[in-house]
Amino acid sequence: MHSRLVKPGFSFDYLMWLFTRLSGVMMLLLASVGFIGALALGARLQMDLPTLVRWTFFPNPNHVVNSEIPDVNLGWANGFWIMMELLIIFFAVTHAWNGLRVILEDYVGSSGLRTLLRCVIFVLWLASLVMASYLIFTSWVS
Amino acid sequence: MGRKKRMRAVDGLKYQGGGPMIAWILHRLTAIGILLFVGLHVTASFFSMETGGEWTSWINDIYMSPWFQVLVAFCVIFHAFNGLRIILLDFFPAFLRFQREAIWVEWAVVIPLFSLTAFLIIQSATSGV
Repeated sequence: MHSRLVKPGFSFDYLMWLFTRLSGVMMLLLASVGFIGALALGARLQMDLPTLVRWTFFPNPNHVVNSEIPDVNLGWANGFWIMMELLIIFFAVTHAWNGLRVILEDYVGSSGLRTLLRCVIFVLWLASLVMASYLIFTSWVS
Repeated sequence: MGRKKRMRAVDGLKYQGGGPMIAWILHRLTAIGILLFVGLHVTASFFSMETGGEWTSWINDIYMSPWFQVLVAFCVIFHAFNGLRIILLDFFPAFLRFQREAIWVEWAVVIPLFSLTAFLIIQSATSGV
């Protein structure tokens, strides 16, 4: 296996290539923090597997409200977890829509169609971020 | 791309890529699976919260099924560990010499972790908690 020596330029594709990897690492780290946090909180609150998974991937009190937790706001609702949620949402949403763009562009030949595709995915990316942030901020008002 | 002959999907299946090709295909399929799962989940909860509509409940019915949860668990666990393998090999190209071994190591981590998760999902589903 020989690797070519290519000088990387800061093109859009190179930046997204780098972002995909860094956001992948970030999501693994954030999920680990969520997982450990859920275990620590769950030790007090008799938590089940679905709650553990819900809190690992999206640490929002509203997200575990369907589980049999006596008081969701006890230790679950604070600013630290808002930051965690916003970071997870940003990395996951951007990673996901960019990944779909990469997959689709493997099968799209013409550059006109590619521009249209990028515009559509940009709109969907922005809409996902707005929708998810709205869910985060409205569920913390209580 | 100066490709002479147009490739069809059947030609892709005949390509004997082995472990790396299986990992690549599974990475894409699980990516699309997670995007569909999370996308529908967020959209459904957004509209059920904001409009109070019952028309989104069919999505929750699918998501409550333990078999669907086992499928999602596979998608997430495989995508996470295959992604980690890709990141490690991309950032430390010296390890590309061992890229086939890396895939075996990856499966050695993914299979036990997935089996444990699937066991716990099925167990909690059948014990009726």
